[in-house]
Amino acid sequence: MTAQEPCQPSSGGQCPSTEEGSRREFLGVAVAAVAAALTGCEKLSAEEFLQDKFTELSKSEVQTVIARLEKEYKEKYGKEVKVGNAPPVPGVIFGYALDLSRCIGCRRCVHACVKENNQSREPEIQWIKVLELEKEEGVNLQHAEHYYNPDEVPREGHFYMPVQCQQCKKPPCVKVCPVGATWREKDGIVVVDYNWCIGCRYCMAACPYGARHFNWGEPQIASKDVNPETHYLGNRPRPKGVVEKCTFCIQRTREGKYPACLEVCPTGSRKFGNLLDKESEIRYVLENKRVFKLKEELNTQPNFFYFYGV
Amino acid sequence: MTQTPRPSILPGLFACFLAFAATAATAEEHKKPHAAAAVEAPKDQVQVPKPPFTEGIFPCSQCHDPSAMAPNQKRRVLKDMHTEITLHHGPDTRWCLDCHDAFNRDNLHLANGKLVSFNTSYQLCGQCHGDKLRDWRVGVHGKRTGMWNGAKQYLLCVHCHNPHSPHFKPLKPMPPPARPEAIQLKNGGAR
Repeated sequence: MTAQEPCQPSSGGQCPSTEEGSRREFLGVAVAAVAAALTGCEKLSAEEFLQDKFTELSKSEVQTVIARLEKEYKEKYGKEVKVGNAPPVPGVIFGYALDLSRCIGCRRCVHACVKENNQSREPEIQWIKVLELEKEEGVNLQHAEHYYNPDEVPREGHFYMPVQCQQCKKPPCVKVCPVGATWREKDGIVVVDYNWCIGCRYCMAACPYGARHFNWGEPQIASKDVNPETHYLGNRPRPKGVVEKCTFCIQRTREGKYPACLEVCPTGSRKFGNLLDKESEIRYVLENKRVFKLKEELNTQPNFFYFYGV
Repeated sequence: MTQTPRPSILPGLFACFLAFAATAATAEEHKKPHAAAAVEAPKDQVQVPKPPFTEGIFPCSQCHDPSAMAPNQKRRVLKDMHTEITLHHGPDTRWCLDCHDAFNRDNLHLANGKLVSFNTSYQLCGQCHGDKLRDWRVGVHGKRTGMWNGAKQYLLCVHCHNPHSPHFKPLKPMPPPARPEAIQLKNGGAR
């Protein structure tokens, strides 16, 4: 534990003045010990308890946090889990478009997402919800059903509408977060700092798309199923008691790859790209197809669009 | 899709015109930045995986050897070979040699007679489905994988649509989400 040995000037160069540092650390550890005693959270290490908000961490602090997380994950899952922290790519705002005339509701995207993003298998958490809607009713959510399970899809007279985080430009979930644990990144992705989230679930109440999910139980993923390529703000394994959501596969898209849901879709209904790039397929969709936003009247201004390809 | 049957020469001429229009359109497409930026491939082609042939069936010239047997160009229902293929594509009068070439069996041909390899069969499809070809070229029809800001992989039309029966086949959906009551019943689950 760093707290027991006073800060060495040679050890990092990140230390504030020695006296100030040791007092803070002493107080911190004392508070952590009291908190641990009161809450019974023995698993929470002092470092974790004292960790600041992700946006306010210095570069070296981020490295320390990531090293700690990687160590914890290795202990827990018995394999190397890489936690990335790739920043937004300059000049990029991500946009997503989904072709309602092609989606057949096969739920391949839902399960590919679970696999890619390390969602808890038990209790089950899924970031994408596929709604089965009636053609006669159109996009009328009063007539939506997401537990449908016929032998074959698409079912006669129905169409399908996958709903996931719409990555709003005016995200109500961010507005209501009392601690600032969720925010919109420069590339338009709304992210959560799972180590800062207090689990109040205000954001879930605020989100009109049902896109946020709470870890009611200790998330369980078999070691072999853990995707070791993770991002701090994305698919790293989450603790119990925090909220999580779709991040457009931040760990993939910031590397230039397509999201997992897009790559698995057998009908090619899902389109993704840079909204600022005039040559991107997403811009082609927005400029040439009939496009709508879900619950546009709420002025959340999604960067997720639905369109009709035919 | 029901089109007029072909007793007269008019539809044939129309098809020729269409084919011409399609090739002209594709040539123009390549000048556009959309196609150029997205496709890192020789000018006339888009990189795609190999066509999904039934195992051992290609090259067709293994069996269809023009020197051994003159091709029978009479429009008919096949009785001896390829009986597993039922054509559900376009007008009833359409048959094998409208797309497959009688004298170059390892190729297809356009309506104007120009040969097209199986690797670029999208040109053939695009004769009638020009709007789909346009969308496919810019990556909006069909699936692309790879990098959103770089190299991409395309699929041919025939990877998703069986050319003899192109309607996209229904699939078994993957399991639905657990209902809330089901989650609560399990031990160590929800609460």
